[in-house]
Amino acid sequence: MLRVKNIDVFYGKIHAIRRVSLHVREGEIVALIGGNGAGKTTLLTTISGLVRSRNGVIEFRGKNISREKPDRIVRMGISHVPEGRLVFKPLTVEDNLLLGAYHRVSLFSSRGVEEDLEKVYSIFPVLRERRKQLAGTLSGGEQQMLAIGRALMSRPKLLLLDEPSMGLAPTIIREIFGYIVELRDTLGLTVLLVEQNAWSALKVADRGYVLETGRIVLQGPASDLLNNRDVQRAYLGRDLDAEVPID
Amino acid sequence: MEEVRCWEPEYECMDREDLEQLQLERLQSTLTRVYRNVPFYRKKFDELGINPEDVTSLSDLRNLPFTTKDDLRENYPYGLFAVPLREVVRIHASSGTTGMSTVVGYTKNDIKTWSNLVARILTAGGVTKDDVVQIAFGYGLFTGGFGLHYGAERIGASVIPISSGNTRRQIKIMQDFKTTALVCTPSYALLIADTIHEMGVNVNSLSLKYGLFGAEPWSEGMRKEIEEKLKIIATDNYGLSEVMGPGVAGECLERNGLHINEDHFLVEVVDPETLEPVEPGEVGELVITTLTKEAFPVIRFRTRDLTRLITEPCACGRTSVRMSRVMGRTDDMLIIKGVNVFPSQIEAVLFEIEGTEPHYQIVIDRKGALDEVTVYVEVSESIFFDQMKKQREMIEYIKKRLAAELGISVDVKLVEKKTLERFEGKAKRVIDRRKL
Repeated sequence: MLRVKNIDVFYGKIHAIRRVSLHVREGEIVALIGGNGAGKTTLLTTISGLVRSRNGVIEFRGKNISREKPDRIVRMGISHVPEGRLVFKPLTVEDNLLLGAYHRVSLFSSRGVEEDLEKVYSIFPVLRERRKQLAGTLSGGEQQMLAIGRALMSRPKLLLLDEPSMGLAPTIIREIFGYIVELRDTLGLTVLLVEQNAWSALKVADRGYVLETGRIVLQGPASDLLNNRDVQRAYLGRDLDAEVPID
Repeated sequence: MEEVRCWEPEYECMDREDLEQLQLERLQSTLTRVYRNVPFYRKKFDELGINPEDVTSLSDLRNLPFTTKDDLRENYPYGLFAVPLREVVRIHASSGTTGMSTVVGYTKNDIKTWSNLVARILTAGGVTKDDVVQIAFGYGLFTGGFGLHYGAERIGASVIPISSGNTRRQIKIMQDFKTTALVCTPSYALLIADTIHEMGVNVNSLSLKYGLFGAEPWSEGMRKEIEEKLKIIATDNYGLSEVMGPGVAGECLERNGLHINEDHFLVEVVDPETLEPVEPGEVGELVITTLTKEAFPVIRFRTRDLTRLITEPCACGRTSVRMSRVMGRTDDMLIIKGVNVFPSQIEAVLFEIEGTEPHYQIVIDRKGALDEVTVYVEVSESIFFDQMKKQREMIEYIKKRLAAELGISVDVKLVEKKTLERFEGKAKRVIDRRKL
């Protein structure tokens, strides 16, 4: 579904993404893991067209989108849930969701927007309960659900999720990742997920890529990455040599 | 035709474009890792001014240097490992040789991948979880036994790890345990077939259905003989320890070329002289780059095996490129009883023994189904004429030394000076009378 080939991204002189290639097949959940500043967010924003790659190809459903504008990319079926959720805090929950469908709403038609709103509410019942509440009054977990719900309003085929677990309590993280799997299983969504919380991400993902200083150093089935000692040491917080068995 | 069975259809029947994307991604991260973790590759790339990040297509592979068996030997034992030893869970070494062996390692993930790839080959060869698989490959440093063993277990078949040798016992177990699939070298399969006949066992009373044979070159004629004598479907499979072991490629029931596991191995066929790629479909030396190995990745490894690639689609539905059965070697390596032997090893041993002349000849023959090697050595006149006892001692001594060096037993015959044929130019030291 998504195919990225040899892209390089520069911020001025800083070479943030170095010859990265990756792909996501339809119906897959793919995790992109790596430390701070590895280039994970840059990669996502490049796919959604907010940042331009210097070279290389980004193909979405067979079409090169590396020179498309972000709004075109959304229309084509890629929806981006940004890091830190970035919900519009002074607006109500429902207005936030409607904004996710802004490109489909005009004075004359709102093709199926009501229907989609209903769908989002059925997936996230808590959003229905709080539909008239200001987004700023929601908890972190609820804001994350709102951000995902907003992304769903554009009827995406591919969801780009940037650090959905950030700042959330472990039980909430589990809940959010549960939703991600549900979206794939019930709506047939394809998901590219960026996470520092490598363990949670790899637990739900089918495959994963490890990004280090702009380069992909490892990739493979998520279960293999969970088994890989480099990954365990660097991202799963396990220092294997320091582990002492407890009697 | 019966229904096509694949172990991992999502990879074995992959769309070409998807496969090439996957290969490129895996190649790029493999190069990043070897450059970072293996001083040998870093030094070589740096010397040639190659930045692994410049590889942006599969054809860029051509600009990278080859890796040879000598490179592996020079880095004996662990020099080419790409992970620390504590992450290695298994170590194998190339078969037979002692002084010249090459050592390879596997991480936990490598073993998992290996098992899966062998499972693909077993499945392609007809084996399912309902089969009883008798593995008559040697277990040990040789990758054959363990490689097939783990693959068969992965499928869920019942595995009999009988190892090689004791042919009558093999047949007894075959009868009693109701073995349905036999895994060994093709020559051993023939020996088993002949022994079955000698023992007066009716082949039809056995449960054998499939045979998966590898580790040495064989021919269509041999396949026919094995299939007829054992009443089985015999498939060929290919692998080498330097790259992984068995599981690199294997035939499906169409028996028309070996499907290469291309999502894990990138193959090229080059002219052994110019080292340039041959025309598509032409015969040349197989060169392999591993795409997923963690502990022991190799970049453009020269296998010395001659083959050609078959790109026409196979009736089985797998989309992978096939290789023809190995047609020969580009070096002088001999495969005797499944063990790799270089004439230079024999020469080195003879050279160290006092009283031998620098003329020798190695004759290989196949008695029944088994390889027999006789080394003819010229000795000085004094030894040849009058000292029977000394002669016998000398023969025993050479035999012992050769067995220790080669890992197989060979026969030794002493001959009078100047009795062996002399050659102008390149001497013909090896006479291979085996008919494949």
